[in-house]
This record gives sequence, C-alpha cells and structure tokens, in this order.
Amino acid sequence: MDKGTVVVAMSGGVDSSVTAALLKEQGYDVIGITMRLRGHDEESSGGCCSVDDVNDARRVCQSLGIPFYAVNYRDAFEKRVIQYFEEEYKRGRTPNPCIACNMYMKYDLLLAQAMDLGADYLATGHYARIAYDEDRARYVLRKAVDRRKDQTYVLYHLTQEQLARTLFPLGGYEKTQVRELAKRFGLRVANKPESQDICFIPNGDHGEFLRRRSGGEPVSQGEFVDIEGNVVGTHQGIPFYTIGQRKGLGVALGHPVYVVDILPETNRVVLGSEDRVFARGLTASGVNWIAAARPDHPLRVAAKIRYAAPEAPATVYPERGDRIRVEFDEPQRAVTPGQAVVFYQGSEVVGGGTIEGRL
Amino acid sequence: MAAIYLDHAATTFVLPEVRAAMEPYLGGPPGNPSSIHQFGRRAKAAVEDARDAVAALIGAPPSDVVFTSGGTEADNAALIGAALALRDRGRHIVTTAIEHHAVLHAAQWLETMGFEVSYVEPRPDGVVDAGMVARVMRSDTILVSVMWVNNETGAIQPVREAAGLARERGAIFHTDAVQAVPWLPVDVEEAGCDLLSMSAHKLHGPSGIGALYIRRGTPWMPLLRGGAQERGRRAGTENLPGVVGFGVAAARLLSKRRTGFEHAARLKAALLQAAREEFDGEIVVHSPERAVPAIVNVAFPGAAAETVLMNLDLQGIAASSGSACTSGSLQPSHVLKAMGVPDSVIRSSVRFSFSVETTMEEVETAGRAAGRIARRLRRRNSHG
Repeated sequence: MDKGTVVVAMSGGVDSSVTAALLKEQGYDVIGITMRLRGHDEESSGGCCSVDDVNDARRVCQSLGIPFYAVNYRDAFEKRVIQYFEEEYKRGRTPNPCIACNMYMKYDLLLAQAMDLGADYLATGHYARIAYDEDRARYVLRKAVDRRKDQTYVLYHLTQEQLARTLFPLGGYEKTQVRELAKRFGLRVANKPESQDICFIPNGDHGEFLRRRSGGEPVSQGEFVDIEGNVVGTHQGIPFYTIGQRKGLGVALGHPVYVVDILPETNRVVLGSEDRVFARGLTASGVNWIAAARPDHPLRVAAKIRYAAPEAPATVYPERGDRIRVEFDEPQRAVTPGQAVVFYQGSEVVGGGTIEGRL
Repeated sequence: MAAIYLDHAATTFVLPEVRAAMEPYLGGPPGNPSSIHQFGRRAKAAVEDARDAVAALIGAPPSDVVFTSGGTEADNAALIGAALALRDRGRHIVTTAIEHHAVLHAAQWLETMGFEVSYVEPRPDGVVDAGMVARVMRSDTILVSVMWVNNETGAIQPVREAAGLARERGAIFHTDAVQAVPWLPVDVEEAGCDLLSMSAHKLHGPSGIGALYIRRGTPWMPLLRGGAQERGRRAGTENLPGVVGFGVAAARLLSKRRTGFEHAARLKAALLQAAREEFDGEIVVHSPERAVPAIVNVAFPGAAAETVLMNLDLQGIAASSGSACTSGSLQPSHVLKAMGVPDSVIRSSVRFSFSVETTMEEVETAGRAAGRIARRLRRRNSHG
C-alpha cells in the first residue's frame, strides 16, 4: 500500500515519536528529521533540540526502522525567532515565538526540505485536524479531539498550499491515548515529560534571557505613569512588562494597579486599575483566512487572544489588505499587541492574525 | 534498494579473513600478552606477528611500532609526547591548516599549555607548499607535523620535502598517514619521518586499533602510564583481537596496494563522468591531480550537500560531506575553507571515498544518482 512519503518533524518527545510510528503503521514511507535550532553551548542545557533530544529522536527512528536526519537551522532560528522575540519586547509588545517557529522553521524551511527529499507531506505532532471540504474546495483546520491539548491557536497561519501538504495524525487522539500508543509501539520516550514553555528559555525567565542576550548591557529604565500621565515610579525596562501584569511592578498606589499600556516611544509603562485592562476590541494585521477566502462582510466568530484564553464572541470587520478590526460582545482582559488573535466557528478555524492595537 | 557504501574514508568494513583471524581471540581462551603461562605466550606471539605485518606496511623496524587505540590517539601521542619531551629546547610547533582535528585540536591544546603553533595554509589546490613550512620555522621550532594525504580531498602532501626541511633545521617530523597507508607505498625511511600515525579501520581492519611509528632515538614521552606494555611506550593491556585484526588487514593490503591505487583511479574517473552526464551545471572537483583517487570531493553548485546526501541515503547510497568527524558539528569544512573555496560551494560539496572492493557499477550508479539529485535540487532552488 503506497500512501506516499512523509517527513516527520521529530523533537525527541512522545508526540512526534508517536506521529512517526502511526504514519509508518498506516503505510507511509516515513523519514524523521530533527531541526537543530540552538548553538553548541546551549545544546546541553535542556529545552528543545538538546543533544539528548536529537539522540532520542535518532534512536526512536532506528527502532522504527526509518531514516533519520538532523538539519541545522541555527542561523535561521536566531534571526526569525530569537531576534523577533527580542525586538517585539523592545517595541513594547509580547511575542509568540512558537508561532514564529511554526511559520518560519517548520512550515517554511522544513517543508521545503521535505519537498527536496521528494516527500509528499510534512507531519508534526501538533494536536489539530485537517480536512478537505469538497463544497468549499478548501482545506479546513479543525480543533483537536482532545480540546485541552488543541494547538490550532499556533497554526492559524497555515496557507492552503501548506495545509495540502501537512498531516496531523494526533488530532484525533486524547493525550492519554497517545501515551498508551507510545507504550504499545515500545517507544523509549513513552514516559518522557512534556516540554514546557518556550524551548530556548527552559527556566521560563524571559527577563533574564533578554538581559543575558543584551550582553549584560542594562536595559534602559523608564517611568511608570498613571492614566493621567503623572509619574508614579521607575520601571526596569519595557521588555519586562506585559499588558495586564500585576505582579512585580514594585509601586504602591494604595489600590491594585495593572499594566494597561506600554509606550515604547516615550519608554513609559502606563499603570491603571483593573477595568482599564479590558478592551472592547482590537486591530490585527497579517491575517490569514482558512475556512473561506477573505470575506467582504462582517463575520460572527469566537475569538481567542492568547493560547490559554477562553474564546470570546466577537464580530470581525475586514479592513484594507490583510488587516481587520475585531469587536467583542463583552470587553476582554489583557488584549496584548504581538500575540495572535484566532477566530473560530464551532470547531473550525476561520483564520487569525497578529494583534496590533486595542480599541 | 541498492546498498552502495562510498564512505570508506570514514570507516571501512572488516574483511572476512580479518574477522576470522580475530575470532579465536574473542571467543577462545583468555591470554594477557604479559602473562607467563601458555595462554600469555600465545597472545604475545600474536601481537608480535601483527607488529611485523604493520611495520612492513610502512617500511619500519617492528620495534619502532607502538599500538594505540586508533589514529586519534596516535596523533595526540605524537604531538603531545614530542612537545613535552622537547619543551626545554623550544616552544614552537609547525603544522598545517588542513590537518585532521586529531592533530589540530591537540595543537590548539598545546597552545593553551604555553606552546606556539604556526598553521600553514594550503594552496588553492589543497596542497601545502613545503617551502612555506620551512619559511615559518624558527630557531626554537621543535616539531613539524604535516599530514600525508588529506582525508577530505585526498590531496597528497609533500611529506618527503617537508620532512627533509624540518629535520635539516633540527626539528622532528610527524605525519598523519591514516589516509595514505591504505593507498600509497609509505616508507618511513624514504620519507624521513620520525613519527607516523596510522589506523586499522581505514584499511579493512577493526576500529579501536591504530599505531604510532616512533623512530628509535626520537625525543618523545608516553602519555599513558601504568604498565610496561609496548616497551613502556603505551601502558595498558593490549587490545588483542584488534591488534591481530590490524595485522591480518595490513598483511593483505601490502600485496594489493599498488593495484588498489590504479583501480581507485579508474573508479574516480567513472564516478565523475557519470555525475557530469546527469548534472546540468559545472561540477567543481576539489581533489587535485596529485591525490589519492579513492577520495573524491566534488561540489554540485546550487544543490545543498546535506540534502544531496539525504537523497542518496534514501536510495541506499552512502557518502559524506567532509569528514565524519566534522559533519556532526555544523561547521563548514575547515579544509575547503583553508583552500579558499567560497562558502556556497563548500555547502554543496560531497565526498565519495572508495575501497579496493568498490566496483565500477557502484560508482557509476552513485555518480548518476548524485548528478540527478543535484540537478533536481538546483532547479527547485532556482525556480523557488
């Protein structure tokens, strides 16, 4: 049974290992590839694509009897993910490096590499489902069966061309089933712990990471101001704050205050009461439409403004080019420029884009 | 799927007769060559038989051959052992920019220990000029190390000239001959070497065994201490099966080296012709005329070497980019870089390396496959 050739992006973890095993069982010719994304010095320090992870991926492939290769995307990762990550923070925004990695590493470089190997598909261990809808003549992206694991939020950018060449074999499984499958396939990584947070910041302290990256050079401090513009304190540098943040501000105004705005032009961080953290809408750019071509009329959707945020009923208004305006039925907390906004109708992803501003 | 192995410069297979000779020393009665009993005597005799065979391969007296754990240990022992023995006479060492990392990293480590090292760059054809070696020598130069055959390009280096110039000026001369011994009539007397490194698994012997030739009277001190084995030059119980395998592989090679070279020359021509017939661009051959023809380093501009190699592997054809030791390290080949090859060409360079057992049919299949793959990749890249 010849189902074609598929490259599986292998991280050395449970999900991508089971992905490879499932596809092999289904009759595909499977090739495993691990992307090396970080430099030698950091490779041993844990996080994604450490030497140990590459070895795990290699050994899983060997036990499955499939070819395995490691490709070096270190320079591209530095430029497209890490520098983007730093620059967004410097601009007072909160980046999503996982989306950048998907867009530029997996679905650009690695997909091209797969095609260069004569493969028909690229598969990853993401929890999401793809289907082809005959009526619309489009590939559609649906939430995973395991809703707690659903990763469609970080996949909203997939184009029709990319979706046509992508396989997500885990989308129909619960995570617990995937662990069981790993055991059934006898995969040595069956009990490996889940990877956490941002792969290049294993300890989760992005402030420390940014300080280290700036070579010890201090990030310039600035002023905390209130809603009226009165100076109420000194902040440690724009990159260390995000919209809605309450902890670690180090100012006492007699009532709880939150970061409500970040102004990179004046190097100021605006503090206010909690109601100021809510916004009734947002603008977004770089919008990708999946369920249908770009609409020319307002659309009712459920909008998600962070990976872990609940969906909020909203109306999307297409604007010029790839820009949109979103109005929520109820104001939403911590609408954060730099994060993605993704729209759903039921289990289907309508599309999404990058949040530019709050309304 | 084909199974064509053209990465013999990385490692080659153990010949059946080599394996057969090793087996009694793996499964038979034990025997430490230093022991007094019959088992020990048997082992000791086997070690010395092997030493004779290995010494014959390089024209050396057997007593000047010291078994090591491989080429890397031989290179380290040569550089570090000579530098330490001569540290009171001088602090300067001369080597080349195209050495194997076993030499380069040992030299760099010596730099951290207070020695000074000059690295002579090759000409664009990958050959080091012996005159340049002489020119960077100083009155306090104690050691000159120039490899005999480069492991990435096959380029034959002017070892005899360099050795003569080095010794004329009072320095001792080492050569890493790991890739030369399988193909060239290596002779330590004729070449004038004081120290010479070799390895068994590049000549159909087992891995984990090599040898360092140390000319009698050469100032040198051992790295490993703890026993009187190898006449006090390399402590540690002998790797008996390895030594025996090395000996048998060496004995077999001695009679085949000349015809092997000629065979490899025909293979090289056939592979390049097959590749040119399929590739639509201009192939760049990094291996010069004066080279061991069993190593063919060739660039397919516009096609990424890594991707060519993966595609070849998916068709059952094994080749490499540079040396196996560098391909894991993400760094472009230091050898091609030193030759002044542009980065873009380095990134499209593939190394094929043969054994005496490699067939015409194998290299033609591999050459055509590589040319076809590279043509497809080049088109994909240029058309987006």
